[in-house]
Amino acid sequence: MVNEKLYAGAHAPFWHNGSSIRAKSYNVIMAALPAALMGIYLYGVPALRVLALAVSSAMIWEWLVNRVMRKPTTIGDCNAAVIGLLLGMLFPATMPWYAVILGTLLAIVVGKQIYGGIGCNPFNPTLVAYAMLLLSWKGLLDFDAMLVNYDFGVNMVYPIGALKHFGPEVIEEYRLTDLFMGRQAGAIGATFGLGLIIGGLYLIIRGYIRWEIAVSFLAGVFVTALLFNAANPAKYGGPVFHLLSGYTLIGAFFLVTEDSSSPVNFVPMLIYGAGAGFLTVLIRNVGFFVDGVVFAILMMNLTNPLLDKIRPKALGRRIDYA
Amino acid sequence: MINRSFFSLTKPNMAYPALKFDREDVVEIPLPSKAQLYVNGSYAAAEGNGFRVGERVKTGQRIGLSGGGGESIVSPVTASISEISSFTGYMGQTLTVVAFDVENKDVWDDEFSASKEMPLLKRIERFLGCLPGQADFSSLLGFLPLETIVIYGIDKDFLISTNRCVVQTRLEDILQGIEVLKKIFGECRMILLVPSGYGLQAERTGVEVRALNPAYPELLPKVLMHRLFGKEVPAGSRCEELGVGFMSAEAAANLGTAFTGSRIPVHKMLTVIKKDGSLVNVRARIGTPVREILNTLKIETRSGDRLVLGGPMTGLSVYSEETPVLADTDALMIQDGRGAARFSDTHCVNCGECVRVCPARIPVNMLIRVLENGMYEEAVETYDLLSCVECGLCSFVCIARIPIFHYVMLGKYEYDRMKTAEGSNG
Repeated sequence: MVNEKLYAGAHAPFWHNGSSIRAKSYNVIMAALPAALMGIYLYGVPALRVLALAVSSAMIWEWLVNRVMRKPTTIGDCNAAVIGLLLGMLFPATMPWYAVILGTLLAIVVGKQIYGGIGCNPFNPTLVAYAMLLLSWKGLLDFDAMLVNYDFGVNMVYPIGALKHFGPEVIEEYRLTDLFMGRQAGAIGATFGLGLIIGGLYLIIRGYIRWEIAVSFLAGVFVTALLFNAANPAKYGGPVFHLLSGYTLIGAFFLVTEDSSSPVNFVPMLIYGAGAGFLTVLIRNVGFFVDGVVFAILMMNLTNPLLDKIRPKALGRRIDYA
Repeated sequence: MINRSFFSLTKPNMAYPALKFDREDVVEIPLPSKAQLYVNGSYAAAEGNGFRVGERVKTGQRIGLSGGGGESIVSPVTASISEISSFTGYMGQTLTVVAFDVENKDVWDDEFSASKEMPLLKRIERFLGCLPGQADFSSLLGFLPLETIVIYGIDKDFLISTNRCVVQTRLEDILQGIEVLKKIFGECRMILLVPSGYGLQAERTGVEVRALNPAYPELLPKVLMHRLFGKEVPAGSRCEELGVGFMSAEAAANLGTAFTGSRIPVHKMLTVIKKDGSLVNVRARIGTPVREILNTLKIETRSGDRLVLGGPMTGLSVYSEETPVLADTDALMIQDGRGAARFSDTHCVNCGECVRVCPARIPVNMLIRVLENGMYEEAVETYDLLSCVECGLCSFVCIARIPIFHYVMLGKYEYDRMKTAEGSNG
């Protein structure tokens, strides 16, 4: 018996398709790179500084929280790096260091770890941190004030803010191709529309984000903006402008699709995405905030558990008609 | 191993991979010097039934536990009983392990051949309740009359080619078996499932043949019910309750040979899946320890490797080479411990891969949350635990590598235990 070979016990299935959270995180980071690199190209070293600080501090916070809570170290799944990178991409290039570090602290601790870590967060951690910063230091996320020293040779007023404050006639001053190619004032990683779309399509094709959510979000933004615009063109901007400005595209492909806070069934995904798109334009057009993406997604995160109750009937489920 | 495809817009296509045979012929495993048999029921019950250590049994001799009727366990070898012990099975069943010191020469017991006068159904219940290829054949008899019997000439799990091989080599025996089945079940519809490409050969026999080229898990009985007959089996029920029985081609063939040869079949065909994924079909005496197969095929293993009875998705891993080949062991998979899939204790990240891949449309993302917290009743009532068809795809695709299938089976076991306890207390 002593010399008997012992085989490892395990439960079926004995195969796995090889996917992992880490691979998913790497792919999300890779998909975000075109937009992030464009931000670094446009804003130079300050943008690189913000992104590097955001990613590294997010990972350090994750590690520290793991240590303090005496849990296994989860920094290896790179989810913290994704959260940090996305948060950095939402900031202006001149964001002060303490705000970046505080932002990642809020994202990792308040947004994610206090609920129990990856998968347990009811809200998108990146957006929780962003919303708290926005409510606390409005000036730090005011792109007109923060980017006052930058000039790309185009109108450097933050487009979605200009629309809000001056009405649709100022839209004429922005060329849609400029907006699409990143020649606009804005956050580091949210202005390069082409890059975000390429990254988003990559994630959709690889199956790392759900097309249902991204597409329905964009459709929600487009249709709602179109209706507003049709109702009163003198007051509300057109749908394409809404798609290409603010956080719409980064929201569609990187924020609204966050796994833990979004539904998994087909119809709920459509409702969730479209609802977030609708709320985005509603906040932009009649709400208080300049950009509605952040709060729209957080609001829809709330509805996620309820929405996922809409699901197909399981095989052989008996329905009791009481 | 099937890896995640690069493009995965929709749910993965789980086509059966092409089979890669090491050698075409069926390798005969020599008669082992020691054999074991697992019998349902407890050791205490066994003692009262004249089943003692040191007793000599002949090949094909009935060693029923509960003294006539019910269990129809047949000794596969001529041997003396060397040990009787008890063992707890996968879902908590109490099993009795009977170990044999095998004699080189088979001496056949003649009770079966002498029982030709016995009514057919009684004879089958008494001697053939546990057929190689279908250990619980007797439970199928409990559902008489059946409308349809589906005979699997394809194997459900990946890489197994046992029944495929039986259709190729023992078609005559299968037809004999079908004749017997017709006598038992009356005029019920018989459907023989074969892999596409084998259809023509099988159709010449005049049996209703369906040639399929399915993707996993379409061959699992409950999924197949839906595909072939458009019927949904209610959660927690069996297909037989809807009048459809399932049988393996090997069991049908063995039923046939039992009547043509007047001997109870004691051999099992199984596919050996080697570490590199290549296959060999072997024919072994029931009760043969796995070690004999490894030795005959010269397969090197070491501690930490996995030995799996069954296929890669639904098999059962065992820790010892002494584990015997049983009547429903369709495959033996040897997996290198270093490359084997490992599970983790990460939380569900709610990516939804399992929900999309589940053939039973179970909200697996919610189910795993309640199962992790031991809320088995809620799992059954709200999250459709009993709808599970046990394919294992949820664990297979999980990016957090949660052992979902393991949790599901634990949940079913615990729920069953709870119901049993309530029943006996109430």
